[in-house]
Amino acid sequence: MPSSAVAKTETVWLRNRMFRIQVWEKGSGRPLLFLHGGSGLQEWPSWLDPFAERFRVIAPQHPGFGESTGLEHLDDFVDLALYYLDFIEELGLDRPDIIGQSFGGNIAAEIAAVGTRHVGKLVLVAPTGLWSDDEPAADWFVMGREEYLRAVWYDPEAALAKGWASEPQDREERARQNLERAQRGAAEGKFLWPIPDKGLKKRIHRIKAPTLLVWGVSDGLVPPSYGRLFQQSIAGSRLVMIPEAGHRPMIEQPEAFREAVLAFLQN
Amino acid sequence: MRIHWFHLMPYQDLPEDFSSRYHSVWVDVPSDLFDPANAHRYYNEYLDELEFADQTGFDGICVNEHHQNAYGLMPSPNLMAAALARRTSNAALVVMGNSLALYNPPIRVAEEFAMLDCLSGGRLVAGFPVGTSQDTTYGYGQTPVTLREKYDEAHRLVIQAWTRPEVFHFNGKYTQLRYVNIWPRPLQKPHPPVWIPGSGSLETWQWVAERDYVYCYLSYSGYKRGQRVLDGYWEVCDKLGVDRNPYRAGFLQLVVVADTDAEAEREYLPHIRYFYDKCLHVYPAFADAPGYRSIASLQSGLVTGGAVGRPAEVRASMTWKEFVEEGYLVAGSPATVRDQMKDLIKDLNVGHLMVLMQIGNMPKEKTLRSTELFAQEVLPHLRSMWPEWEDRWYPRPVTAVAG
Repeated sequence: MPSSAVAKTETVWLRNRMFRIQVWEKGSGRPLLFLHGGSGLQEWPSWLDPFAERFRVIAPQHPGFGESTGLEHLDDFVDLALYYLDFIEELGLDRPDIIGQSFGGNIAAEIAAVGTRHVGKLVLVAPTGLWSDDEPAADWFVMGREEYLRAVWYDPEAALAKGWASEPQDREERARQNLERAQRGAAEGKFLWPIPDKGLKKRIHRIKAPTLLVWGVSDGLVPPSYGRLFQQSIAGSRLVMIPEAGHRPMIEQPEAFREAVLAFLQN
Repeated sequence: MRIHWFHLMPYQDLPEDFSSRYHSVWVDVPSDLFDPANAHRYYNEYLDELEFADQTGFDGICVNEHHQNAYGLMPSPNLMAAALARRTSNAALVVMGNSLALYNPPIRVAEEFAMLDCLSGGRLVAGFPVGTSQDTTYGYGQTPVTLREKYDEAHRLVIQAWTRPEVFHFNGKYTQLRYVNIWPRPLQKPHPPVWIPGSGSLETWQWVAERDYVYCYLSYSGYKRGQRVLDGYWEVCDKLGVDRNPYRAGFLQLVVVADTDAEAEREYLPHIRYFYDKCLHVYPAFADAPGYRSIASLQSGLVTGGAVGRPAEVRASMTWKEFVEEGYLVAGSPATVRDQMKDLIKDLNVGHLMVLMQIGNMPKEKTLRSTELFAQEVLPHLRSMWPEWEDRWYPRPVTAVAG
């Protein structure tokens, strides 16, 4: 399989054309699946480039996100897990490693729990899926823009500088982005509403995949204490806390993130 | 022409600085602002007002359903309709309505509406709103993107429960029942008229027209903005080959009447302000959960969080003149109100007009005075409108039960 200098997009059809899925792909070697979070995957994320130098990275957009269709056929996380097992089978992937972030981490954990023999190693980056009544996860669906930026990023100013949270000047572009945000929220909300505690606790004991948990110390959405919860629930798992990072440590601290995750995957 | 008298049953004692101190009148409005002694007084005064509307000749009296807020204190409109059923005799009981997706199982609605219809002698209008985002997705935890599908399934179950003579099973996605056989069943046949309150979603127009129901546009941005929504509805009717019978449409309008235009402003402006500044002070995200509105509806520009037209900061500084000129409020002497009403009824092509005359913290004596003036000086002049159309969506009650 030739390696490519640029990520390519492709369309994958699943279940007799019930789902039409947009997939980013780059690199060659063992398959590494990236499952995105609620902020979507409109572009190939540059933080995945170092991984594409060593793996065949496959990054699909979940049904309901971007141009991927079929959300109406999935009602819960078990449906999502089975859908992704279909995806893995359709692409002929042999026990792919999986990196999942936030909502995508929740999905990754469910895939590993439902299809124990179909995954390689698991990297969960600030996943949703477990819940503590004493320390509830934030309700990001109701946050205003300022509040959300402070909760997601350790350094909102730096994130803004990198263009991660810019409000476009153009009115039409702003409207388009608002619609896109509404669409993503609708899709993520379908599985997490109103409290993101949807049964993983009943299945998480099944996970046999070697698992690395990664959390930003300043995560204002899913509390860092949930890292401990996950670590206690998945046998043999290890937790890495990344300082000066919020809910997306792979973006705010790409070197520390890459070091920890590559070492784990290549061990 | 039919004119109905609408009540929201607001809480009247929010503090002066409410809107600057708290971010929402809905969902997480602090419970320490609520005094049940006040509610005891209000509920009874409000029921007095609705009974007065029945006595003074309005065609219907309306109650509605909202949760966890100081804007309207009726989580259960059916309780209010039951309280009104025995003490009124003329007006239709317009329950606007039961948010179907919030009842588990939905046959609860079929049963309670059947009870109300029997109890009132066949005077019920069955309203089925989808429900606001605040109520459904935040107050009652409904998943936004599947809410309408759940509502649609519940509606099918309710209609079947009313009309299928046999014991039947219902194998739905959201409700599974093995034996459906409600007792009582409604008095009106095949069932009470169904009115659907909406706030501008495009899908609702099509849905209503297909089923031969009444579409009621309930919003607080007045008749000039309401025109765009109802125009959209009538266009959908045209496309479906459905006639433009004005009795297919309902519209809610704030109305106040005094002896003169100047007196109307003096007497009622503080209450209009209370309503717009406090009762409608909804945190925007609560009014617009992601997935609550379809992408098509969002793109149409007809729906905004809370459906209140101008943003809150702007409304806070609106003058009386602006409220009236922009159609937020029909106000003034009986002659002024009469003319404005005739125009809006014609422009919107509406046959079921709902007037909101108790507004914000308006006390009972003002409400009754305004209502009486309307009933005596305005209502008789409007009744004869639309003589060429038949109202197929109004209750057909039995004659009063003897003794």
